[in-house]
Amino acid sequence: MGAATGSYDELEDTEVIVVWGSNTQECHPIIFNHMRRGIKKGAKMVVIDPRQIDQTKLAYKWLPVRVGTDIALANAMGHVIIEEGLVHQDFVQKATDQFEKYKEEVKTYTPEFAEQVTGVPAEDIREIARLYAKADKATICWTLGITEHHNGTENVFALINLALLTGHIGKYGSGLNPLRGQNNVQGGGDMGALPNRLVGGWNYDDPKGRKLHEQVWGTPVPEKIGKHQTLMLEAMENEEIKAVYVIGENPVQSDANGNHVEKVFKNLDFLVVQDILMTRTAMLADVVLPATGWAENDGTLINSERRIQRVRPALKGPGVSRHDHQIVQDIAKKMGANWKYQCAEDIWEEIRKLAPNFAGVTYKRIDEEGGLQWPCPDEHHPGTTYLHSRLWSDDVGMKAKFMPTHYQPPAEEPDAEYPLMLTTGRRLQFYNTGVQTRDYKKVKNAEEALEIHADDAAKYGFIDGEQVKVSSRRGSLVTKIKISKKQPVGLVFMSFHFPDQASTNVLTNSATDPLAGTAEFKACAVKIEKCALLNEPDHIVE
Amino acid sequence: MLAQPNQVETICSFCGTGCGLVVEVEDSKISKVKGYKENPSSHGETCVKGALGWGYIHSDRRLTQPLIRKNGELTPASWEEALNLIATKFAEIKDKHGPDAFGCFSSSRSTNELNYLAGKFMRTVIGTNNIDSCNRT
Repeated sequence: MGAATGSYDELEDTEVIVVWGSNTQECHPIIFNHMRRGIKKGAKMVVIDPRQIDQTKLAYKWLPVRVGTDIALANAMGHVIIEEGLVHQDFVQKATDQFEKYKEEVKTYTPEFAEQVTGVPAEDIREIARLYAKADKATICWTLGITEHHNGTENVFALINLALLTGHIGKYGSGLNPLRGQNNVQGGGDMGALPNRLVGGWNYDDPKGRKLHEQVWGTPVPEKIGKHQTLMLEAMENEEIKAVYVIGENPVQSDANGNHVEKVFKNLDFLVVQDILMTRTAMLADVVLPATGWAENDGTLINSERRIQRVRPALKGPGVSRHDHQIVQDIAKKMGANWKYQCAEDIWEEIRKLAPNFAGVTYKRIDEEGGLQWPCPDEHHPGTTYLHSRLWSDDVGMKAKFMPTHYQPPAEEPDAEYPLMLTTGRRLQFYNTGVQTRDYKKVKNAEEALEIHADDAAKYGFIDGEQVKVSSRRGSLVTKIKISKKQPVGLVFMSFHFPDQASTNVLTNSATDPLAGTAEFKACAVKIEKCALLNEPDHIVE
Repeated sequence: MLAQPNQVETICSFCGTGCGLVVEVEDSKISKVKGYKENPSSHGETCVKGALGWGYIHSDRRLTQPLIRKNGELTPASWEEALNLIATKFAEIKDKHGPDAFGCFSSSRSTNELNYLAGKFMRTVIGTNNIDSCNRT
């Protein structure tokens, strides 16, 4: 099961915090507070990010890596650690596999080579490699700057390799921590809302897991692996998929290459959308179902430190809205299923039977003890602060494998026609496609703007605040320009919070990581032109 | 546990940090949201989104009843009508094109219980593994 290996509190008890491809201060402000307290206690924070985001001010060092070149940087750090004899020999020998293969792969990644690819000075690469390797405790945190690339899974492998090399895994204060972007990203995966996983992380083709599910469910589990989102969109396009059930997502505005996504949704025979608010996706539906939302619904979530927590209703939902889980049961029963859940807790009790990691967690325990961190295999188990401690025990069990990875440039790079690289992300006060945050008060800058370096703006003759037309090979839009000190030359930035004003994902590239199906939101080539539509600032060019 | 009867302890609806919040209710509306001190992940802290970003819950853009497309327009309908239509159409499409003609985009914003049932529904009632949410990141 993919999950953060450590806990937030460990960030306050470590020596080095590497924040890689994560604008933690703006996107995970409370996790950043843990980091801040860690820094106060003496931890050195290294920020690896193409943009000079605010948190670089607190950094011991900022490495301004070029978008999409993270593997080259990580492999060069590995190269230095091996070359300078900083490998944790005992750990590597006892707990890992394939070290020689990794050593062979990173041989060519000299810091000088990596400097050319990444733009990070060779000496800085050496310094940070030494800092990370020599620390007693060090942790790496990342978010979508690592994963939203056509090679996102390999990017993650490159970071895991560094932790294995130095033994910064499986002990308090050291770890590998993907920070989850939404309140239940972790739980959704843990619950088997994935094409290749059943509940509790069982692989869909694991005979033991299948047998357990078939016993509890009383029906066979489909044998064929499912399609992930990107493959589903393809299957919708070529009419293999005819009917889609969307629950609390807005793929028409949140997925890469938005114009195309809208087209394939329109192509369906039957679309059901269940949500709390009207969305662009819901507007295309044949049936729209009203669900209760936050502060109205009941159940559990799992956060970025694997903690299972309760959400509780404070209010009744509007009109005749129903709980999400209740609606699914209503449809299932109409189709002949014999489901009899009276409440969210009844469902959780069934989940416990299927997922050994959650077996010890009950609603009663959460009410009495607070949220519990999985794995929590029985009702007397206190939960688990950090994973993989077995790697340090005499009984290592399955060894952790080095996964050598090879640097490949982004799927689309700037060229003569589209000379600038666009990267996307969130801003502090806003959230995703803005459905929830568009109309809240007391915040400044409630509009989209394309951030650009002053030199680039000057080169194309743009002034701060001017409306411009931004185009990629997939679509175009009009937005305001904002000269920003955060941007390096050649890289521009937009959020995707204001899609009605500037639908950023019409520009982004749906080139996909073949292993995870995640699209390359973080890198696409664009051009920016003077805008003839000065009097129509809200106009979206189709 | 909380002292005041109009207070409910819950978890923030935005990012994956999972901060503990206390929601205060007056006249069936949220009056205040603050951090919950006892929460072991957030220790009482919350950011601007958690403390102030909940206005959408009382928005007049909330969906309050099922809608069915009739003559091209989304039109208010009863639950019975909406559920019957879904069951009929799903059964029809399954008969004609098989279970792999279905896909589900489940929600990384909703609960474990929802995601579990969505998976169980697709796998046991429809009969396909075509389910995903944005949790591979």
